[in-house]
Amino acid sequence: MSTFNKFFGTEKYIASESLRNAVNVAIALGRPLLVKGEPGTGKTLLAHSIAKALGKRLIVWNIKSTTKAKDGLYVYDTVQRLNDSRFGDRDISDIKQYIRLGKLGEAFVSDEQVVLLIDEIDKADLEFPNDLLNELDEMSFYIHETGETIKAKHRPIVIITSNSEKELPDAFLRRCIFHYIEFPDREMMEEIVRVHFPGIEENLLKEALKKFYRLRKIESLKKKPSTSELLDWIQVLLASGVSHHRLKSELVFPGVLLKNEADLAQLRGSEVL
Amino acid sequence: MRQIWLNCAGARCCEEMFTDFFYILREKGVPVSITEWMTLMEALDKGLADSSLERFYYLARSILVKSESYYDHYDLAFEEYFRKVGDLSQLREELPGSKLVLEIREELLRWLNDPINGINLSEEEIEKLPRMELYELLDLFRRRLAEQTGRHDGGNKWIGTGGTSPFGNAGQNPAGIRVGGVSRGRSAIRMAHQRRYQNLRSDLTLDVRQIKVALKRLRLLARSGPEDELDLEETIDATCKNAGEIELVFTKSRKNIIKLLLLIDVGGSMTPYAQLCSRLFSAANSLSHFKDFRYFYFHNCIYDHLYTDMARRKKFGIREFFRTFDREYRVIIVGDAWMAPSELTNRYGAIDYEDVSETPGIVRLREIREHFDHVVWLNPEKRDIWERKSIAMIREIFPMFELTLDGLDEAVRELVGRR
Ligand SMILES: Nc1ncnc2c1ncn2[C@@H]1O[C@H](COP(=O)(O)OP(=O)(O)O)[C@@H](O)[C@H]1O
Ligand SMILES: [Mg+2]
Repeated sequence: MSTFNKFFGTEKYIASESLRNAVNVAIALGRPLLVKGEPGTGKTLLAHSIAKALGKRLIVWNIKSTTKAKDGLYVYDTVQRLNDSRFGDRDISDIKQYIRLGKLGEAFVSDEQVVLLIDEIDKADLEFPNDLLNELDEMSFYIHETGETIKAKHRPIVIITSNSEKELPDAFLRRCIFHYIEFPDREMMEEIVRVHFPGIEENLLKEALKKFYRLRKIESLKKKPSTSELLDWIQVLLASGVSHHRLKSELVFPGVLLKNEADLAQLRGSEVL
Repeated sequence: MRQIWLNCAGARCCEEMFTDFFYILREKGVPVSITEWMTLMEALDKGLADSSLERFYYLARSILVKSESYYDHYDLAFEEYFRKVGDLSQLREELPGSKLVLEIREELLRWLNDPINGINLSEEEIEKLPRMELYELLDLFRRRLAEQTGRHDGGNKWIGTGGTSPFGNAGQNPAGIRVGGVSRGRSAIRMAHQRRYQNLRSDLTLDVRQIKVALKRLRLLARSGPEDELDLEETIDATCKNAGEIELVFTKSRKNIIKLLLLIDVGGSMTPYAQLCSRLFSAANSLSHFKDFRYFYFHNCIYDHLYTDMARRKKFGIREFFRTFDREYRVIIVGDAWMAPSELTNRYGAIDYEDVSETPGIVRLREIREHFDHVVWLNPEKRDIWERKSIAMIREIFPMFELTLDGLDEAVRELVGRR
């Protein structure tokens, strides 16, 4: 999340009618909701907002390229045990104390229903989603080392996000409720901006969005500016007191919108500036 | 009419008719599985469509469609089905006995017969199975599915968690989340009719991000570079040998070893596809994923040299090309392969003066095919015209794929496959 949100705080989340439906269906059917969309379309924020709106705790499992499905269940800290066997005074025969629950495990043992966000699932190995299928279906798993079964006390509301870096396996997809967040159109973007900057002047907003959408039309950009960049940019515009007249004739602070050097260089040569 | 439909979807009569929607979806190319269809039935039973066709539009889509690239197919199916609902008798006559119905029947029978699904059919049921009507099969399937999920997670306990929803009822504005963007009260059929997801179809268009996703699959991993990855197995072994004194063993990490060459046809008949090609180029160029990535340009066919610039001023001789790039380079050639056959077969047949050569183009192309282990040709022209002379001749040399997301996927598979 961009830094300024920490100061201004997101009170509101703008969801389209279809997203709203998908969330409701997923919760009602107790299925994971898979949300796809380009970066910055509010996928991560959605899970936060759902948790907030329902007054439930959010557990976030950030997926990296090295994450294994098992990490979400539990890890058996053998190195600690090995160390204890040499120096420790702990009873190393009690394996239980070396079992650390992962995020999924944490969600299962929680005394209240939680929202579990599995963020950017497409970062992981292709097999990752399939490896989680059983646990998500049955809402339980078995710890071999201790012979213990961890069963969900309350089925968590599971939100899974993907930037579609990779295709996800069919068997996994069949289990999910799916929603693709489109990049917001101008009308919707206006609402999103207003949520973050309630007092913003109409003309400035209109002009800023005009420039923003024109930039996004340039096909050859390495990275198109997203909602986060737009919000950052508007923040800068407001802070520096740029008028909509000035904005009309000049694309000020382009570096906030385009983070890539080559994109900036390309822009300098074109007429959008 | 549709009210009745949505309300009584649980009853057999309606379910049977409703199944037509399933057929149409499959016919339009949405890969809906029986399991997903049953989930939709379950959702309808729970009243999640709320007797509103608009709700149903979203509900069914979120359960049945698992990729935005099928949203448009869904719209087509939705419109067709609900337009026809008015004249159901017609629909019912068109469908029974069709290939699709048979396929679905097959799929159901397979599912019911497969012990992996953990269903135990009675002798009697097994015997009746082949003679059952489709709706009977569906019914059986559904009951079995319910039993099965019941065993897994304690039945419907979790389903319909007493109206838990972060949104509350329609029109309300509860804690922190607001519904925005769409103007309400739009008819669902009109929504489908607009076909606003057309540009997300993977069989029609390609954007840079999609190309990147496809190209990322172009990878073969091998260990190379500095030893910076902990080798757990070896560490344990070494530690044991070391009488329990921990000894860490590192190994080289796995890197992509694919080297990619992109050869792009520019100018002439390729002009309409310039943007598409430039997207392919930007995608490949912005991926820091390949061990090496190089690109060249040509016009229509390749003769004595390629060009390093799009304006075709800087030449790169074909001999040097073969010397510089070994057989392991994966080669993607992009072009419409559409030219006068003489440009391929004749000596001095090149269309551009600069390219004129004693060696006919087709000989050169064969040479390229021989030099590299993996070469594919991507063609932005639709498959329908691939019968044309020059295209057909080039297809005999290189495996050719459409420059669409699906085509690119196939091409990538070809490039990483064994030859
Ligand atoms: N629908 C929305 N309503 C309000 N703010 C939004 C919305 N979509 C995006 N944003 C803003 O954009 C930022 C990026 O969203 P984020 O959830 O991190 O995107 P993603 O996870 O899809 O990459 C958020 O922090 C928020 O400020
Ligand atoms: Mg995110």
